[in-house]
Amino acid sequence: MRYVIIGNSVAACGCIEAIRKVDLQNPIVVISDEKYRVYSRPLISYYLAGKVDESKMYIRDEDYYEKNKVEAMLGKRAVSVDFKNKEVVLDDGSKVKYDKLLIATGGKPFVPPTKGFELKNVFTFIKFDDVKAIDEAIKNGAKKATVIGAGLSGLKAAEALIKRGLEVTVVELANRILGSILDLEASKIVQDELEKHGIVFKLETSVDEIIGDGKVEKVKLKNGEILDTDIVVFAIGVVPNIDFLKGTELKINRGIVVDDHMRTNIEDVYAAGDCAEGYDCVYQQQRVIPIWPNAYDQGETAGYNMAGVEKTFDRGFPMNSIGFFDVHMITAGIVMPNSDDIEVLVKHDKEKNSYRKIYIKNGRVLGFMFINSIDRAGMITNMIKEGLNVESIKHRLLDDDFGYLDLPKELRQEKILGGAKA
Amino acid sequence: MAKKIFPKEEVCVGCHLCEVYCVYAHSKYKKPTVKAHELVKLYNKHKDSKPTPRILVEEKSGEWTTFALQCRHCDDAPCTKACITGAMKKLEDGRVICDEEKCVGCWSCIMACPHGAVRRGENKKAASKCDLCLELGEPVCVKNCPNEALVIKEV
Ligand SMILES: Cc1cc2nc3c(=O)[nH]c(=O)nc-3n(C[C@H](O)[C@H](O)[C@H](O)COP(=O)(O)OP(=O)(O)OC[C@H]3O[C@@H](n4cnc5c(N)ncnc54)[C@H](O)[C@@H]3O)c2cc1C
Ligand code: SF4
Ligand code: SF4
Repeated sequence: MRYVIIGNSVAACGCIEAIRKVDLQNPIVVISDEKYRVYSRPLISYYLAGKVDESKMYIRDEDYYEKNKVEAMLGKRAVSVDFKNKEVVLDDGSKVKYDKLLIATGGKPFVPPTKGFELKNVFTFIKFDDVKAIDEAIKNGAKKATVIGAGLSGLKAAEALIKRGLEVTVVELANRILGSILDLEASKIVQDELEKHGIVFKLETSVDEIIGDGKVEKVKLKNGEILDTDIVVFAIGVVPNIDFLKGTELKINRGIVVDDHMRTNIEDVYAAGDCAEGYDCVYQQQRVIPIWPNAYDQGETAGYNMAGVEKTFDRGFPMNSIGFFDVHMITAGIVMPNSDDIEVLVKHDKEKNSYRKIYIKNGRVLGFMFINSIDRAGMITNMIKEGLNVESIKHRLLDDDFGYLDLPKELRQEKILGGAKA
Repeated sequence: MAKKIFPKEEVCVGCHLCEVYCVYAHSKYKKPTVKAHELVKLYNKHKDSKPTPRILVEEKSGEWTTFALQCRHCDDAPCTKACITGAMKKLEDGRVICDEEKCVGCWSCIMACPHGAVRRGENKKAASKCDLCLELGEPVCVKNCPNEALVIKEV
């Protein structure tokens, strides 16, 4: 028995760790086109800002592969999979045989066709090498930056760049920043904070063309404006990194379609993380949920099943915890519902600059956004996961000191004691 | 199998002593018992911020019930799976600890912990949570609770 994993990020970790809980013997092979041992993508902005050095980019100890008996084939790209003969074909022509395969190739940057994208100092913002290249450009004198996209990673890039002393403009097509996780009011709170630190926003427009002679010099926006810039960072979004599998018998919708065991339609082939399309229990449909905890959970589920221990995972849903300067926010579930049978609870404390908004449907929390009042938010994330009826306590959910004392005694004790007796 | 601390809300008097001992045990003194003058020194050390206990005494105005909650050292520890740095990890003996040097304060653990047992530590820089008094061998909150409202058990 030989386990093979394509991809070497958090979904792979989940898989390795699950397999090694139940199978200490059989070899695990990890293939990654990046040369680094497993590191954190969310930390690239921290690295760029100078908050985290190279040694802290790695999410597991140095002896991780050795300890877990993993053969790590780093710097090798899988170019195709021969599902019939159970072989992964690498870019150097060699083949890796598998008995159980996990595809955990994650996401790749989405870049719309843009004139001038090939110019020097135009970057994407996903990999360690991306920020190393941006760092290089800054060391070579870049002073002005244009970030395309005001989503999570675009704003993290903007925050890092301004901390490095650059002039930063963020261009966003929507009418607000963080449109996928915040409503207009919440988005304003965050935008104010970012503007306070010098970031300039151009909303409701997009990049039309990147201009320069070999190297980027200007960006032309759709609204006609032309900005001087030394670097451009594309951070519009990620799409599943599965091009090399298209046209095979593997079932792909937006991502690789998996069931609640992370099985694909091909026997002994599993998929997890940003490349997979699993069940979203809040939206109640198959979706790609490109976030870290989901990737771990899916990878772990795949690992157990690959090792012959049946486990299911159908509790995935979007959730985000992110901060910019001194503003921190946690959001989860559906944050912009568009049906009318939804109850909305809101509390905007202008003095504390905090905002809490919760959506409830049929007595259950559907989603929430909390800004600057995030302590114990996990209790509410968990209520979404469990589908707990919150009818009797909903008036308290908006308070920043919401806690176990707000739950009925029996439920509270069951949760805290987990069945044991104190 | 991990050891866990269980709060008994029936006998907790809400005195917050567990928090005091906890802060002390996680200061540079790291001792299981505390003398008043040392406490004064400890608090003087933190002019800009209050040291954060890793235990949380829940109380609510108008209610008599109080109890002290801390990390449950969950078997499947959702905080470790959500942590983007690898700072939050489960040790072989079942304890879940946060490597505060590695933590970047993204609060993904706060988003993921179903018990609300992770706090933002001093100066809101790193996650702060119960480590079962790693260095002292025995949780000081359990040892020093005047009313035996905290019990440690292997489950
Ligand atoms: C800047 C940034 C910040 C983020 N911040 C957060 C955050 O705060 N919270 C959060 O929840 N999520 C965050 N995310 C998202 C999070 O990083 C992803 O959800 C997570 O990394 C997905 O893990 P994964 O294992 O599915 O794949 P990925 O992390 O995408 O890794 C896939 C790996 O597979 C490799 N690979 C791909 N194709 C091949 C091939 N053909 N052959 C060999 N190797 C291949 C890739 O190079 C890569 O190493 C952030 C992402 C970015 C880019
Ligand atoms: S911090 Fe929360 S999630 Fe993590 S082990 Fe403790 S109780 Fe469980
Ligand atoms: S706050 Fe620290 S421990 Fe918590 S998830 Fe973030 S990095 Fe990990």
